[in-house]
Amino acid sequence: MDLLNGFADVLTPMNLLLALLGVTVGTAVGVLPGIGPAMTVALLLPITYGLEPVQALILFAGIFYGGMYGGSTTSILLNTPGESASVVTAIEGNKMARSGRAAQALATAAIGSFVAGTIGTLLLALVAPQVVKFAISLGAPDYLAIMLLAFAGATSVLGSSRIRGIAALLLGLVIGLVGIDKVTGQQRLTFGVPQLADGIDVVVVAVGIFAVGEALWVAAHLRRTPGTVIPVGRPWMGRADWRRSWKPWLRGTAYGFPIGALPAGGAEIPTFLSYATEKKLSKHPEEFGHGAIEGVAGPEAANNASAAGTLVPMLALGLPTNATAAVMLAAFTSYGIQPGPLLFQRESRLVWALIASLFIGNLILLLLNLPLAPAWAKLLQIPRPYLYAGILFFASMGAYAVNAQPLDLVLLLLLGLLGFTLRRFGLPVLPLIIGVILGPLAERQARLALQLSNGHPQGLLGGPLSYLIYALILALLLWPLISKRLPTHTKQPA
Amino acid sequence: MTGAVARSDKAQYGVCGFLAIVGGLVIADALRIQHIANSTDPIGPKPVPIVLGVLLLVVAVLYAVDVARGGTGEAEGGEDVDPTSPVDWRTVGLLIAAFAVNLVLIEPAGWVISGAVLFWGSAYALGSRNHLRNLVIAVGLSLTTFYLFAIGLGVNLPAGVLQGIL
Repeated sequence: MDLLNGFADVLTPMNLLLALLGVTVGTAVGVLPGIGPAMTVALLLPITYGLEPVQALILFAGIFYGGMYGGSTTSILLNTPGESASVVTAIEGNKMARSGRAAQALATAAIGSFVAGTIGTLLLALVAPQVVKFAISLGAPDYLAIMLLAFAGATSVLGSSRIRGIAALLLGLVIGLVGIDKVTGQQRLTFGVPQLADGIDVVVVAVGIFAVGEALWVAAHLRRTPGTVIPVGRPWMGRADWRRSWKPWLRGTAYGFPIGALPAGGAEIPTFLSYATEKKLSKHPEEFGHGAIEGVAGPEAANNASAAGTLVPMLALGLPTNATAAVMLAAFTSYGIQPGPLLFQRESRLVWALIASLFIGNLILLLLNLPLAPAWAKLLQIPRPYLYAGILFFASMGAYAVNAQPLDLVLLLLLGLLGFTLRRFGLPVLPLIIGVILGPLAERQARLALQLSNGHPQGLLGGPLSYLIYALILALLLWPLISKRLPTHTKQPA
Repeated sequence: MTGAVARSDKAQYGVCGFLAIVGGLVIADALRIQHIANSTDPIGPKPVPIVLGVLLLVVAVLYAVDVARGGTGEAEGGEDVDPTSPVDWRTVGLLIAAFAVNLVLIEPAGWVISGAVLFWGSAYALGSRNHLRNLVIAVGLSLTTFYLFAIGLGVNLPAGVLQGIL
């Protein structure tokens, strides 16, 4: 019922035009090499500034799905994906493209994304209100535990160095500390600079780390001969391709949504799981590694479903679990919308309008991408000096537009240099951005919990639910030690 | 995996040093804060930064231990990244210079001028030598964005010296 009202709010010619604009711009920017979904969303924030909240959300939903799909086009046609969630798509997708099946790879990615996005959004509409009902019963210590779980999840991504993840998280938490303490009015880490009293704007952090950091990093190692782009016609699939794709789409969605919705989930695990499953179940296992369509269909669906899944904790708890959701949360805050359980009660119209826009954005994406794929492929040939000069140009415009103060550009440059350093030394970016956003909230919950217990440390620990979450956190952190002791694990530690 | 050379990466100790300095700075700043605690806020604003500072120092040490044992982080790859090439500091320096000019000029000269300088300078730094075409694109972009965003959508972008002309 609420959802129908959401559609009623969204379905006006003007709004549909905005959705179309969002999808087009989002795909066009997302397709550009070196620009992942998070950077797409961060760079395109300024175009939503002058709009009403509902319209901004509609435009934003289009940008979100467009940016996601643009990224997979890039990885299929160029290989070497811009972000970890597309790694798997690139493995088989690029091999398909090289053997002359680019059109089918793009088609199964587009249709699979649509199927997964639609099911995922539907599940979001069903699950989010339940999570909200549950969230209302949560106390401050439970929230604290959930946020610590998000920190633990962000720092222990499969196969990466934990100590580097934790270092990045701590740097993010320090950035989040800057500004006036909301409870006591004391200044922290402002060094007497008045403009720092309100803290460093999350949009500036996101644009600095993602856009400026990436541009500087690529500039330092720019390939003098850009990778070859594989020419592509209009995407289409034959009967055999449909028969081989539909099950992987559904299985990918089944992995992607639940794992994406967990506070420590993400998109890497479901895409890898989906790839492994398809390889196992396929009737053509010999094709894997040489361009198997199942290896594109499954992971692409998993990736998109997990993106819809991350919106559950983002909207219902105010908890971002991937980089794109983190930037989205920053964007919502800048529209004056604070995601969390109260959002569903106070501004439920807005929430349902957003969910309806996600459905519409997803549909427009499908309608737009099948015919426009050859045009997007042309964008991959943009001269690299213009591409990265353009990123710096739009990054500085977007960062300045937030508060109209030149100091933000100084911060943007410093954060860009920090982003460069992270990339040089293999420190992950996600924990930093999660730390910036959730750090202040976690501190507030911790202090609230202590206030409720009259300063007794027991108040921080809370009840059964938070015990359970702390047990999960311990398991996550100790996993390398546990897995080493498992009998099946015979690999020598490096 | 992507061309990671099997040699110890001594520069990583610099990251450890940086983490330690940030940790020290956070603690020093926290110690300066007056202790305010009352019944509505039992711990006050001090403990969280102190905990973070201590954790940063601990992580700096553990990180250094990891580096000493031969641990390396894998530098990030990407479509246009050639991970085997050495860092091209000249390009990075020129980009930073172009960005710095933009941030100095943005308020006095306005976005149309500072943005065009930024784009033109960055394109030059990245190796584009078609100066005239670069200039046309740079001015075109900054004018378009100014009219579209500042005038069309009411986004904050300064007009600077061109106030009244644009």
